Amino acid sequence: MKLTLWGTRGSLASPGPDTVRYGGNTSCVTVEGSAGTMLVLDAGTGIRGLGLSLPETIDRAYILLTQLHMDHIQGLPFFGPLRRRGVKVDIWGPASTTLSLRSRLMRYLSPPLFPVSLREILSDLTFNELPHGILEINEFKVTAQLVIHPNPTLGYRIEEAGSVVTYIPDHEPALSAPTFPPTAEWTSGYDLAAGADLLIHDSQYSDEMYHVRMGFGHSSLGQAMQFARLAGVKRFVPFHHDPVHSDDLIDRLIETAVAAILPSFEVIPGKEGATVIVNSR
Amino acid sequence: MSQQEIEVILARHLAEYLALPIFIVDPEGDMLYYNEPAEVILGYSYNETGPMPAEEWSTIFHPVDQEGNPIQPEDLPLMIATLRRHPAHRRFWIQGLDEENREIELTAFPLIAQGDRFLGALAIFWEPTR
Repeated sequence: MKLTLWGTRGSLASPGPDTVRYGGNTSCVTVEGSAGTMLVLDAGTGIRGLGLSLPETIDRAYILLTQLHMDHIQGLPFFGPLRRRGVKVDIWGPASTTLSLRSRLMRYLSPPLFPVSLREILSDLTFNELPHGILEINEFKVTAQLVIHPNPTLGYRIEEAGSVVTYIPDHEPALSAPTFPPTAEWTSGYDLAAGADLLIHDSQYSDEMYHVRMGFGHSSLGQAMQFARLAGVKRFVPFHHDPVHSDDLIDRLIETAVAAILPSFEVIPGKEGATVIVNSR
Repeated sequence: MSQQEIEVILARHLAEYLALPIFIVDPEGDMLYYNEPAEVILGYSYNETGPMPAEEWSTIFHPVDQEGNPIQPEDLPLMIATLRRHPAHRRFWIQGLDEENREIELTAFPLIAQGDRFLGALAIFWEPTR
C-alpha cells in the first residue's frame, strides 16, 4: 500500500510561514492498493490538492469520512472529480440516530454556508453509513469502528495483502481513564490498531496542553505513542497537529516524546506531502 | 483480548467517576464491571472477582424478595434488561460476601447502540433505607 498525506493539520487549516514543513491543510490521506484502487480518507482541505493531482479520466472515487466536523469535510466540494459528470463517488461516514449521512452533509453543502448545494454536484454520489461490518472495496478490506471523540466518529483499519494501515485522526482514548493506557480490553481503538504495520493517529496536543483541553476529543503526542505501544504497531505517524503548533514546535514535541517513551516502533513525522510505502515485512 | 465496544468503555469510565453503585453486563448477561461504590454493597472487590458469568453473579448474592423467597435469575432487573431488552426496576434483598443482608433498590436498562447493536445492560442500585 502507498500512503500519501495531503493534509495533516487538525481543527483548522493553518497555512503560513510557521507551518510550511508539516503543512496547513486539514485531514486527508490516500491509500493506494496493489490493483490501483485509491481510498481517500477524510475530505479536509488537503483533498483539494489531491483532486488537482488526479487525471481528468478518473471515473471512480472512494471517500471514507471519519466524522463530519468541518476540518474533515471542508474540502469535499473542492475535490475536482466530484464536479465532473460521469464520475461515480462512494462516500462512507458515521451513522447517526436521526439524520442520514447525506442530510448531515447537506447542512454544510447548501446556502448560506456554501453556495453550491449537494444536489447540484455533477458526479454520481452514493452515501453509505458505518459502522456496518467489514467493507470490501476491491483489493481492500476495511473495518470501521466508533472511537472516543465528540459526535459519532470512526477509525478505520485497512488491510491489503497481509498489510495493515490504521487511521484514527481524532481520538481521545485517555478520556476519563484513571490510568492510561488501560488494558487493551478497555481501550478505545485497540482492535483497529492491534498489530498494524502503520498507525496514523491523533497527536494534537503536548502533554501540558492536554490537561486544559481534556474532553475536546484529542490526544497528546505522549498518549498517542503509549496507545501505539499498547497496540503493538510497527510504525507510527503523529497526525492532526494543533493549528497553533509551528513546525519547530512539532519537531520538539516529537523529539521529546521519543526520548521519554523510547518506542520500539518507528516514528514518521506526519508531514503534508509525505508518502509512505507499507508492507507487512 | 479484543476491546469492548466503545459505548461499554464509556459506560465503565462514567461508572468509575460516579458515587452511585453501577454494574455492567454484556449481551449474554455476564458481568463485565462494577464500580467501587457497588463493591461496598456487594461485599466484593472487582479487582478480586474480575468479570463473572451470569449464572455466578445472579446467584452468588442470594437475591430474595421482600417475603424472603429466592428470586430466579431471569426475574432480576438486570437479567430482564438483558434478556427482554427493556428497563426494569425492583426492590429486593441480597447477601454480600460479608454475609450481611442488605435491602437494595435497582434500576436496569439495556445498552442499545446505533445500528440496533445490543451491547448488554447497565444497572444502578442503592440501599433505600440508608
